[in-house]
Amino acid sequence: MHADAFDRYHDKESFIHRLDPRVKTIVTVVFIVSNALLPDGAWLAFVLAWVFLLSVNLLSKLGLIYTFKRSFVALPFALVAITVLVSIPGNPVASFRFLMWDFTITDAGLLRFVSILIRSWLSVQMAIMLVAVTRFPDLIHALEHLRVPAILTTIIAFLYRYLFVLVDEVYRLLRARESRSAAASGQRSGGSVLWRAKVAGNMAGQLFLRSYERSDRIYNAMLSRGYVGHLYTLNPHEMKSSDYLVTAFAIVLIFVMQIIGRL
Amino acid sequence: MPIIHQTQKFSTPDCEGDVLQVRDLHFSYPDGHAALHGVSLRLCSGDKVALVGPNGAGKSTLMLHLNGILDGHGEVEVRGQRLTRDNLPAIRAMVGLVFQNPDDQLFSPTVFEDVAFGPLHMGLPEAEVRARVDMALEAVRMSSYKDRLSHHLSVGEKKRIAIATVLSMNPSLLILDEPSAGLDPRARRTLINLLRELPITMLVSTHDMKLVQELFPRTIVMDEGLVVADGLTMEILENEDLLTAHGLEKP
Amino acid sequence: MLYSPAPLHIPDGFLNVAVSIICWVITVITLGVAISKTNKSLGERQVPLMGVMAAFIFAAQMINYPVLGGTSGHLLGGALAAITLGPWAGVLVMTAVITVQGLLFQDGGLLAMGANILNMGLLTAGVGYGLYRSVLGKSRKTQLVVAGIAAWLSVMAGALATSLQLWLSGTSDLRLVIPAMLSVHALIGLGEAAVTVAALGFIFRTRPDLLDEKSASAQGSRGWVVAGILITLAVVLLSPFASADPDGLERVAINIGFINNSQSAPFELIPDYAIPFLGETSISTIAAGAVGVLVVLAVAFLVGRSLQQKRAN
Repeated sequence: MHADAFDRYHDKESFIHRLDPRVKTIVTVVFIVSNALLPDGAWLAFVLAWVFLLSVNLLSKLGLIYTFKRSFVALPFALVAITVLVSIPGNPVASFRFLMWDFTITDAGLLRFVSILIRSWLSVQMAIMLVAVTRFPDLIHALEHLRVPAILTTIIAFLYRYLFVLVDEVYRLLRARESRSAAASGQRSGGSVLWRAKVAGNMAGQLFLRSYERSDRIYNAMLSRGYVGHLYTLNPHEMKSSDYLVTAFAIVLIFVMQIIGRL
Repeated sequence: MPIIHQTQKFSTPDCEGDVLQVRDLHFSYPDGHAALHGVSLRLCSGDKVALVGPNGAGKSTLMLHLNGILDGHGEVEVRGQRLTRDNLPAIRAMVGLVFQNPDDQLFSPTVFEDVAFGPLHMGLPEAEVRARVDMALEAVRMSSYKDRLSHHLSVGEKKRIAIATVLSMNPSLLILDEPSAGLDPRARRTLINLLRELPITMLVSTHDMKLVQELFPRTIVMDEGLVVADGLTMEILENEDLLTAHGLEKP
Repeated sequence: MLYSPAPLHIPDGFLNVAVSIICWVITVITLGVAISKTNKSLGERQVPLMGVMAAFIFAAQMINYPVLGGTSGHLLGGALAAITLGPWAGVLVMTAVITVQGLLFQDGGLLAMGANILNMGLLTAGVGYGLYRSVLGKSRKTQLVVAGIAAWLSVMAGALATSLQLWLSGTSDLRLVIPAMLSVHALIGLGEAAVTVAALGFIFRTRPDLLDEKSASAQGSRGWVVAGILITLAVVLLSPFASADPDGLERVAINIGFINNSQSAPFELIPDYAIPFLGETSISTIAAGAVGVLVVLAVAFLVGRSLQQKRAN
């Protein structure tokens, strides 16, 4: 498998794709903050937020399945919220016995739990769409414009570029390990957990050195092209008046959702 | 049997060295390993020269001296300017060095950013930078790749973009390290045609003797940190004793 | 696909706004210091180095190793990054890794990113580098043993901070989340320790110059030792306390005004409640005991292992 599968950009021609990456970044963040601010059980506002997501999805021609399929990445984390079911006082809904303890699920606990899941589910979909409609290098430009320090955006740009190269290297290392970890017939393959972790550690060490040496060669390539310690970039993005309009419109919509959620 | 290293005289083209002169260059790595033992050579405008020799002969070390990344004893002169600490930026703009592994050369997320890196760091104005990028991509026939992501390119495409990243600096001398390594036959053919077309002085290190025969009128042979032969490619390739002594093969 | 979300990456929706913003403020201030320090002390050489090393940490997190019944462990890398690159560079590298994981893979949220950077980048660098720094110049064995303990503690510190943030957001119940998170991460931390020690051992054998007294790794100030010890103390003292007496922790939070602050937030914070437990304090006591035993076991195991290797040598 090639590391290309990591790219999340969904190449389509659409109004949303053409927006300035800053607009998309800001609206995404505002949307996610607004979700976090909505009170528990603000069902109408949750539905409206979902309609907002669907509209963006339709406008960007991503296809509903695309975001839906990947929207459950945060679901395993719901496990940490499951305790609120039984820890918030309220009218009992159901009770069960687990080992030696009795638990009672309350209506207030259920309300909190479902609200947390919905907030998370909505936010994650917005984040999925952000990278689906914005090429990652453009996102880095947006961060530069939004005053994220250059040293960080530079590291992120390098990380993005070499992620694919190094992940390919990891695949090669893992394949080499696989092809050598045979088991004698009737024997279990591979020693103790700690031994396996040590093998992984050796691979990590090897990868570290290769990366270190690669950074030397990259540094030489940068020197050869005039780098003397300052990085200059040309930023191709310019906010058009339509970009400002879209930002304002989206933020007003999100604000209205917030008011409805609090009525 | 020890190899006697003495530069063999061949009929070299008349050359004053107006593009590059290297005189008596010595270099040892910090760990004590001596890589260059007094290398001298000259390149003239329009020369296309192959640099061959076994691994460890010092070819890559020599190349890293030509734009001052390594700093040994001896003299390097580019277009009549002696390379010193002060004129490093100017020299680096004149000597375009393309590294062997294009993944090291292409360090930016997009093709445009990579090709623009050199001109931007030379301090050129934005319009000029954009013009240079277009010119360089046109020269390697990759104009439509401007907005592509570097990690989506094939090896052959990466090599051509890597060349564009230094062409955009408008260099007087192009230095390539193993340009045909790792290419499939079609990508190799495209690269050969490209190198033939480029109207620029070049010094190319390679193990690909067919490439040498086809493309370069002049060849320099290095071994154990010395230039052991310098002359017309046809004559060097006919000298089987020389080729065998330095681990090379007739194509 | 080898990429699997790590349990410490908090998604959006699980932290309330107040907690998210407090974490962001701490993170931004620390990053500001890190950037000014790196700008001052690091050469131009460090820019591509930090960039490629960020990709390295990202890729190294994919080297998984089978643990039990189809599950697999993998590296977090915060301690390893801080030890090999020096603390400030390590902080920046981990920040880049967590940012890309959140932005590109939705592994960890955007509003929650401040907390994620704090838990997995700042705390891990603090305890990982701080403890390692205290034995700089000692024998290689000592350095490796301490690095292993530091790596284990870095995971525990991250897990503890995550638990506290979830509790303060009203997302998790303290007396369940702390024992659960800490016992799971006590195991994950063992893998982290083993991989970190093996990777450092490999670097010691092949490129000792990268970790000697003149390397970037040795440039962190002594203040890091203090930070490392403070975080260690927090993990060692706070975890049993929080597990055994969560009401006590709540009282502390009320006293320093944290909970009142948060109550004005849209979420209502955990009020006084009584979990219908039969054995009221037993679970927390058992869990605290288990964590304590695991700490001792981990240390003993690592020391024993290093002695074993010594004999083999």
